Amino acid sequence: MTFDEVLTKLQSQFTSNVILGKDDTKPDASIKVDASKIHDITKYLRDELKFETLSCISGVDFPALPAYAVVYHFFSFTHKLMLPIKVLLPRQDGVSVQSIVDLFKAANWLERETYDMLGVTFTGHPDHRRILCPEDWEGFPLRKDYKTPDYYNGMPVPLFFEEEGTAPSGGTH
Amino acid sequence: MELVHDHLKATTENLKTDELLINMGPQHPSTHGVLRVVITTDGEIVKKSVPELGYLHRCFEKHSEAVDWSAVTPYVDRLDYLASMNNAMGYAIAVEKMLELEVPRRAEYIRVIIAELQRIGSHLMSFGTYGLDMGAFTAFMYGFRDREMILDIFEAISGARLLYNYMWIGGTYRDITPEIVKSIKDFLVYFKPKVEEYNNLLTYNKIFVERTKDIGVIDLKTCFDYGLTGVMLRGAGYKWDLRKDLPYSIYPEVQFDVPVGTGQMGTLGDCWDRHMVRMREMQESIKIVEQLIDGIPEGPHRGKVGKVIKVPAGEHYSRTECPRGELAFYLVSDGSGKPFRVKCKSPCFMNIATLDDISRGVMVADLVATIGSLDIVLGEVDR
Repeated sequence: MTFDEVLTKLQSQFTSNVILGKDDTKPDASIKVDASKIHDITKYLRDELKFETLSCISGVDFPALPAYAVVYHFFSFTHKLMLPIKVLLPRQDGVSVQSIVDLFKAANWLERETYDMLGVTFTGHPDHRRILCPEDWEGFPLRKDYKTPDYYNGMPVPLFFEEEGTAPSGGTH
Repeated sequence: MELVHDHLKATTENLKTDELLINMGPQHPSTHGVLRVVITTDGEIVKKSVPELGYLHRCFEKHSEAVDWSAVTPYVDRLDYLASMNNAMGYAIAVEKMLELEVPRRAEYIRVIIAELQRIGSHLMSFGTYGLDMGAFTAFMYGFRDREMILDIFEAISGARLLYNYMWIGGTYRDITPEIVKSIKDFLVYFKPKVEEYNNLLTYNKIFVERTKDIGVIDLKTCFDYGLTGVMLRGAGYKWDLRKDLPYSIYPEVQFDVPVGTGQMGTLGDCWDRHMVRMREMQESIKIVEQLIDGIPEGPHRGKVGKVIKVPAGEHYSRTECPRGELAFYLVSDGSGKPFRVKCKSPCFMNIATLDDISRGVMVADLVATIGSLDIVLGEVDR
């Protein structure tokens, strides 16, 4: 099974306002889907099209679109195929997408990381909290307009980036 | 005798036990770095274990967005600091795919030789520390003794012993010299009989087997559910190796086996199986290096890459087989000189997520055995 066959299958299974089409980026293309149906699509991919594992969930901030993107990479050992599924969300606070933890346990920590870094919430997640940053950290670091806070609990935060676009200026690693 | 037995029985029936919350780590010798596990125990039995991460978090992904493509390599080295070469190779391959860049044959040979040596070094570390976790100190010394030789080779080739910055985009940082080739050959001659010796010393040791068999069983369903790769997947008996199944670089040209767990000592997918897969993978890596070391072709060791690397706009998800599993990079480029997004999916992050599921109802000492067999490196978990 190839990428285009999967796309055709998805288009015949779901309506056109759920499967929004192909995002023709090079070298990997992805399938854009509607945020509210990601759970159904994941279930269909896992049970019918034999995508046995969830390889990764990544959050990307696209200020130019503008959108927060959540990208799912499903992998099928049967077809030896990696399938990127992309969900575009409005670029604002408090946007949410369905959690798929009940389908893939791998999603548990990956969704927590996406929330931690990008501030996208996952409805239905059993343990929805930060994972890498401290729980009382303010802001979401991987947003493009993120400003490092000057202080964290009264402690000065070392500055790695002096200004936008310059190389890191030392500090501890 | 009867009387004592009855007395004990009466005590266990009447005794009230409370659950106790224990912090294991972040500073603890058996957590292999700054991992903190919050354990709910009932006496010596683990009821629940929740890993708390982030003590080594450096936000590598944010750093990457501020520097150019080639300057990400040193950061990538610092992910899995026991297998820097493999990490950097994975990143280089991902960027080269986006650049549609052909890497010279000589560079491919050097890369695979070095990556396999690094795999041996990483597994030696795993072997040593796992022995230490199980109370066998000798294995630790032997593992470090042999890893030292690999580090000496890497020092000669790159100038560094832990974080090399050697696998550059388009090739390697420096060329390989005949002296280094000779020292690699010497190492192979020395190391070849050692794996069997270590198996006799530790792997088949009665105490070690008793400690690791039937513990921390990860079956195939759990592997798929948690997206586990590498040794976890092979330990569960599934023959899958990216080097074989979706080959990259010059791996299609070399002959090697993919060792899988067999349940030889107990249950399929237990700690012992995973340990054994690592030991056998070292032998396979020796095979690969032996096949390549005599036939390194002449030519440049780095392709034609400009001083400033400009990656065309696009997205790519690339995976390579690292000692701890499949390390993946999801790269997004907007066509400028800097990465728009570098997402790293680390295999250790997925591995340690299973801990709660596979360690319920075991003894605290067996939890240590389980964490050891997952072979995590916190630099990669926390990034």
